[in-house]
Amino acid sequence: MTGVNSFQVSGYGPERAGWARLFARDGMARRLDWPILLAALALSLIGSVLVFSATRNRTDINQGDPYYFFFRHLLNTGIGLALMAGTVWLGHRTLRTAVPFLYGASVFLILMVLTPLGSTVNGAHSWIVIGGGFSLQPSEFVKVTIILGMAMLLAARVDAGDKQYPDHRTVLQALGLAAVPALIVLLMPDLGSVMVMVVIVLGVLLASGASNRWIFGLIGTGTAGALAVWQLGILDEYQINRFAAFANPELDPAGVGYNTNQARIAIGSGGLTGSGLFQGSQTTGQFVPEQQTDFVFTVAGEELGFVGGGLIIVLLGVVLWRACRIARETSDLYGTIVAAGIVAWFAFQAFENIGMTLGIMPVTGLPLPFVSYGGSSMFAVWVAVGLLQSIRVQRPMSA
Amino acid sequence: MTNIPETGRTPRVQIRLIVIQVLVLSLLGTLGGRLWYLQIREGAEYAKEASGNHVQQVVQPAVRGSILDARGVPLADNETRLVVSASRTELMKMKDDGEAVLTKLAGVLGMTPKEVKEKVRLCDAETPQPCWNGSPYQPIPITDEATPRQALQIRERAEDFPGITAEPQAVRRYPSPGKANTAQVLGYLSPVTDEEIQQAQDTDSPFLRSDQVGRSGLERQYDKALRGKAGVTRYEVDNLGRVIGQAESDAAQPGSNLVTSIDARVQRVAEYELNEAMKEARKAWDRNTQERYKADAGAVVVMEAKTGRIVAMASNPTYDPNAWVGGISAKDYRKLTGKSSNYPLLNRAIQGQAAPGSIFKVVSTAAAVQAGYDFDGRYECSSAYSVGGQVFKNFESQNHGAIDLGRALEVSCDTVYYRLAHSEWKKDGGIDPKGRPNDWFYKAAHQFGLGKETGIDLPNEVTGRVPDREWKQRYWEANKDAWCRTGKKDGDYVERISYENCLEGNKMRAGDEINYSIGQGDTLVTPIQMAGIYAAISNGGTLYAPTVGKAVISPDGKKVTEIKPKANGRLPVSGQTLAQMDEALAGVATRGTAAWRFGGWPQDEIPMHAKTGTAEVYGKQTTSWFATYTDDYAIVMTISQGGTGSGASGPAVRNIYDALYGVSDDGTIEPRNALLPTPQKELPKIQTDGSITAPKLPKDVAKEQKAKQKAPGGATEQQQAAAATVPSPETGNRQTRRRGRAGRRRGGPRLGSRRPGSSRQESRRTQS
Repeated sequence: MTGVNSFQVSGYGPERAGWARLFARDGMARRLDWPILLAALALSLIGSVLVFSATRNRTDINQGDPYYFFFRHLLNTGIGLALMAGTVWLGHRTLRTAVPFLYGASVFLILMVLTPLGSTVNGAHSWIVIGGGFSLQPSEFVKVTIILGMAMLLAARVDAGDKQYPDHRTVLQALGLAAVPALIVLLMPDLGSVMVMVVIVLGVLLASGASNRWIFGLIGTGTAGALAVWQLGILDEYQINRFAAFANPELDPAGVGYNTNQARIAIGSGGLTGSGLFQGSQTTGQFVPEQQTDFVFTVAGEELGFVGGGLIIVLLGVVLWRACRIARETSDLYGTIVAAGIVAWFAFQAFENIGMTLGIMPVTGLPLPFVSYGGSSMFAVWVAVGLLQSIRVQRPMSA
Repeated sequence: MTNIPETGRTPRVQIRLIVIQVLVLSLLGTLGGRLWYLQIREGAEYAKEASGNHVQQVVQPAVRGSILDARGVPLADNETRLVVSASRTELMKMKDDGEAVLTKLAGVLGMTPKEVKEKVRLCDAETPQPCWNGSPYQPIPITDEATPRQALQIRERAEDFPGITAEPQAVRRYPSPGKANTAQVLGYLSPVTDEEIQQAQDTDSPFLRSDQVGRSGLERQYDKALRGKAGVTRYEVDNLGRVIGQAESDAAQPGSNLVTSIDARVQRVAEYELNEAMKEARKAWDRNTQERYKADAGAVVVMEAKTGRIVAMASNPTYDPNAWVGGISAKDYRKLTGKSSNYPLLNRAIQGQAAPGSIFKVVSTAAAVQAGYDFDGRYECSSAYSVGGQVFKNFESQNHGAIDLGRALEVSCDTVYYRLAHSEWKKDGGIDPKGRPNDWFYKAAHQFGLGKETGIDLPNEVTGRVPDREWKQRYWEANKDAWCRTGKKDGDYVERISYENCLEGNKMRAGDEINYSIGQGDTLVTPIQMAGIYAAISNGGTLYAPTVGKAVISPDGKKVTEIKPKANGRLPVSGQTLAQMDEALAGVATRGTAAWRFGGWPQDEIPMHAKTGTAEVYGKQTTSWFATYTDDYAIVMTISQGGTGSGASGPAVRNIYDALYGVSDDGTIEPRNALLPTPQKELPKIQTDGSITAPKLPKDVAKEQKAKQKAPGGATEQQQAAAATVPSPETGNRQTRRRGRAGRRRGGPRLGSRRPGSSRQESRRTQS
């Protein structure tokens, strides 16, 4: 590289106009991870069409406007993009100082859910209705703040150069930090989100370089806990059945089994190219419940077929692949942990969501990142994309 | 550019990040693989399921074909009723779920709004009747008895009654032409069950929820032909059942008509005469049981002798098949099937079985000839025959001296058959036969088609029973435990029998074969079997599978599928023997046991043949049997607990013949009065528009026939009455003294059978 470039990189060059600076050779725009951005945007736009297909006939919820959910989804995507831009502009390092505040705020919000302000949707008491048709699902934001909070704790002494790996005390603190909101969410009860948090914790610990003992200890404890719950009869049979119904719909034929069955029929009937957009009889006939949110993938499966469903998986793959690269290539542990946490979050949530529509994972109320309709979820994942971008933008330019 | 070292990157973290990446990719790979599996490999399967998911059918029922008699008179057809129905799909679209419309409708129909709403609600676990248990997409009938005025009100103000239709619809009807009710032969319909729908799902004639299915009789036997094919319109619907598109529609195809060989007039006469005979029998005194005859059931079969076609088939007690139309009420159902009902649904002509008594002797005669006894030989008709200290008496201890087999049939001499059977039993090796016994008497019964169904085209025919060695063995194995438990050597009658049965119930004892030879003991036959046998004797030896159905004709009359008579086999009798038996049976009608019933019969013009039978049943009154035939017809009548063969059944059978041939009471033949002197050959004509030209029948054929028969010949009313009535109890039942004598007669331990029995012939000779 030339000296001029290095001069500019250092940021002490003469001022240029905003746009020009943004798109300059080493400008912000050039340094953004475009594949992630474009893949995420494509997922959001595909999502808006799928949501539209699932809701255009749902006069019971779309308030008479077939485009109601379509435009809201686009609006959410727009807000998400703005949140991403804001995040990038602030930069994840800057945000690091605000982490304690953000974490505190998110925990406060989920506590609010447990007060009379919260409301129950589909059996999970995980919403705060703001009014005017808006509602918040704070557990989505907690996923972000857990990642940020744990990363801050775990990376602090390593990034300072004091230690090579976080010590036990730090790990314990970090676990405590994640456990508080996780327990609150478990009380809602929103088992799906708790599962995501556990996976996030696992990803974060892995990336932090914490001792193997912590990793295996955590996995072991989780397995033992699950076995204990199952064996000791803490759950009623119907709860176990509901959980297992994804594999055998007859265990809960009218409830989860029905969803599973109809979802599988919708996807299976799609074939290679699907029935065509807006032509899916399962979708048009509203046979799959929660189709614009948790079961949005069934719309793609039925109407766009293997091609459409495969495209969504590939786009998610692009996001995750690039995010992994960002995690590996950033210079500071803080950035690595944040990126790895986001990878764990997206990967597990996507796998769980699509997996349940395909009948290989239990049915839980988790949205498909970018695609499912839902503001809180959309905002959270775009903030996460912003964090990823920021980590990439702010990393030292490699040769 | 500047080489800033990558800080904080330890190998451990790097490796772990790669592990994460690999994990993430394998998760996505799993999803892709599963997606491929569901959509590409199993895709066709799911596509099929999906299409079943959201298509609903609306059915236009097919009009069921009529059941016609031989001349086209409808025995079962359809009548048009104004049916008011409501479409739930339409009602549910309204703001109040159609409440206002239904209330208004209730006003028009003169029902309460509650009644109407209950008819329209769907059945589920918590909803008691009345409710609709059919498809919610099907128009739900509210009433099928709307008046034209009500229908008009609904139609003219269609805008006031959205979702309500008032349309004429075909409803099954059993018109009983000329009062011929034919109930058990026709059968009845009832709604299809879930199970049947499941079973018929993948066949070429699947059921629809609204279908009525034939449950017995012809309605069941020819259900597929009669049912036709319902029209189906398939709608695409969403998960709440709202219609989102119409897929396809097939028009309904009406069912075919079934032409039977039944003649409604003869049927009516047969039913009437059977009922009259039973009424008369109930007036008669049974000296054995010291009470009047119960005559609790009876049957009569009129068969075309040359084809095995059924001209009339009556079973008593009977019922009104219209009770089933539009759903049977619980009360009616109890009346038809309850314990005290005496089971009028049973068709006793094919489902009633009893010991045949002496009408079985034609079988024994044939067996004897087969076994090598000369028909014209001389056989001792002594007053009694004793075997090992056990005395088997002839009826009323009559002694006819040495007679041939023909005469033995004529006078129904028991001892001739006792002798023959006993000597065969001894030839076969007695109680412990060596090698394979000939068993001529049992073989003959099987060859006469006994012990198995005749194959008549009616469901649930019973087999009767030939109590041969195999049966005895099976029966003994099934019952020996009970016999051995209850049997006592010195106990009462039943206990002694059990004791004997326990010891050697599996063996053919002399008494068994002796009793069997005169149609007693464990032998069971059905009236249809005996009708087939006597028809075969008439036609030269061909046993036919009896048929009621004659042809299936398409609704437009264009396609006629005839149902041809099918031979079951031939009687094991040579032409010569057959002729001899024929002559003997004619003798029965002219000078034998039935002669007093055929006084004045034009025997030269219409040769009559007959055999009487009176079977004993342990613990019950005697069964009356009367088997007869001419060149064209065979008629067999039986009355359970009715008395003697000719006594109880004789006059009724004579009256049926009188009606068939137009024989007046004075014995002259009046062709104008003959209902069916020769069997109906031609099929009725069905026009292309589906209309059928059928002769009109009087209100009550039987009554009119009676009147006609006495008028032209100049017979007075008294004569007519006398001829038609059974003899008074005093005379009539002298013939049937029973138990007292029977007991004495068989003083010793009963070797015979579980049900001791002996046959009895009417002793009365109307002289000659």
